[in-house]
Amino acid sequence: MSDLATSTPVGQALTMAGRCLRVSRRQVDALIMSLLLPVLLMVMFVELFGGAIDTGTKYVTYVVPGVILLCAGFGSATTAVSVSQDMTGGLMDRLRSMNVSGKAVLAGHVTASVARTAVSIELVFLVAAVLGFEPSAGPLDWLAVAGVLLAFVIAVSSLAVAIGLLAKSPEAANGFTFFVTFLPYASSGFVPVHTMPSWIQGFALHQPITPITETLRGLLLGTGVGSNPWQALAWCGAVTAISVAVSSVLFQRRIARS
Amino acid sequence: MTSDLAIDASGLVKSYGAVRVLAGIDLRVRRGTVFGLLGANGAGKTTTVRILSTLARADSGRARVAGFDVVSDQAQVRRRISLTGQDAAVDELQTGDENLRMMGRLSGLSRSQARVRAAALLERFGLVDAGPRRVATYSGGMRRRLDLAACVVAQPAVIFLDEPTTGLDPRSRHAMWELIAELVESGVTVFLTTQYLEEADRLADSVAVIDGGRVVAEGSPAELKQRVTSERLDLTLADAWAFDQVARSLGERALRADASRLTLGVATDGSASQIRGLLDEIDPERRAVSSFAVHAATLEDVFLDLTDATATSRERESARV
Ligand SMILES: Nc1ncnc2c1ncn2[C@@H]1O[C@H](COP(=O)(O)OP(=O)(O)OP(=O)(O)O)[C@@H](O)[C@H]1O
Ligand SMILES: [Mg+2]
Repeated sequence: MSDLATSTPVGQALTMAGRCLRVSRRQVDALIMSLLLPVLLMVMFVELFGGAIDTGTKYVTYVVPGVILLCAGFGSATTAVSVSQDMTGGLMDRLRSMNVSGKAVLAGHVTASVARTAVSIELVFLVAAVLGFEPSAGPLDWLAVAGVLLAFVIAVSSLAVAIGLLAKSPEAANGFTFFVTFLPYASSGFVPVHTMPSWIQGFALHQPITPITETLRGLLLGTGVGSNPWQALAWCGAVTAISVAVSSVLFQRRIARS
Repeated sequence: MTSDLAIDASGLVKSYGAVRVLAGIDLRVRRGTVFGLLGANGAGKTTTVRILSTLARADSGRARVAGFDVVSDQAQVRRRISLTGQDAAVDELQTGDENLRMMGRLSGLSRSQARVRAAALLERFGLVDAGPRRVATYSGGMRRRLDLAACVVAQPAVIFLDEPTTGLDPRSRHAMWELIAELVESGVTVFLTTQYLEEADRLADSVAVIDGGRVVAEGSPAELKQRVTSERLDLTLADAWAFDQVARSLGERALRADASRLTLGVATDGSASQIRGLLDEIDPERRAVSSFAVHAATLEDVFLDLTDATATSRERESARV
């Protein structure tokens, strides 16, 4: 009578992802935040700051990658908090006693996180188009954009899961993600790095967000990408791999302690 | 030989740091029966449940659940058990129906099977009207019922219920008791922990009381109650020699013994003739017993007595060290 499709780890992860998405549609404040934020950020950067920043192109075109990465960062807070919540109640015990693996639950969170962030990112593109965004990317470029964004969102979501496991409470998890949302500001996402104070330039040039931004920008505007995509993918791959490894250790520690 | 045992544990030991929570626990539960594990706060009930349900590992000792070893055949055990922990394991933001369907899917039912099963369980647990509502709107009793329903979605052979009625009002508690009793009729083995003797009395075929990391009493509720509902004769002995003599002659009948205070407790029905007979029997020369008191015991008392007696003996042991 059992249906093999759902008793496999992949089926279980998908069931959990479905549940995460169903639940996040009902957390009204988080939902409004994740839908409103992309719109507000785009309008704010373009209409309020855009006039004052000289980037050599239309600012809306320049700033799209930065806003996308910022939204993905904010989205990760939701993920970290919901992982942390799942670890505090009795749910994890019940699932484990049913032989649902922790990996399936965490993979479900990552999947749901990717899906949520995808919606935010689409919204950014939509608002950008309304504000006069004119990308010159061809179909292959768009495919590459989607690929890089997917790698980035998976990396941030995995990191969020690790943070959710590390945090002692959902509130703490929320606090930790502040760091992730700060990174895009100190990158080439909003202003060119050479306009920053020199002490921050070194950091801005060598942190993961900058090559990702440059890759997206190069692909969208057809201005060439150099070695940026490889750096970007290397960063995303490394963050994902380390997050997964750390999560698995943290998860074992959490369940052993409780 | 062990085939009629749903749970067979021996010598379970578990320490957290320097705290020895379980100091060698043996438990045997026959298939299709209800077993009640009683103990005060911190006695180690949850720890025992977690070991038996494969969530924690004992430092030493062995346990077989549903015919499989909880360590070496963990996956086989998990396929046959279900746990309702002390903390609710339902999703506040999902409806009752969605919670049950999710559990069905996770345990391997198809989408349509899960839907049918969820509907049947909502019906059986009196949650039909509440089914489409979010759990956040449920009362404590409804939440517990849903938790129990979620526990049986996968039709487990053995279910663990950790304090299933703590915090419920008497009416909800009775409703839970009825539901649990119905579960047993369908052939499930139930292992429940509780702080309420009355609950164990209502539900359990056999009971064990744990305290200080050990089983301090076990038997059917009737046997346990017998130790309690009858009154207790507390004897104070004249000296250590008399204490030893009387303790030996009472043997198993001594409900409690405290060598430092020279006191012994014996069950009695409280009648003058019985007490007179008992005193004549254990103290024919009328020298050993210096005083006595008849103590009317309640259900609460067994529990308090048992746990109190071991607490004092533990104190004595540690004082001697
Ligand atoms: N993970 C842990 N780390 C350290 N100590 C623990 C841990 N889990 C339990 N303990 C300790 O073990 C003892 C027994 O705990 P347990 O939860 O098994 O008791 P319990 O009988 O279920 O109590 P309650 O009625 O309060 O639920 C307590 O003293 C508790 O502090
Ligand atoms: Mg407990």
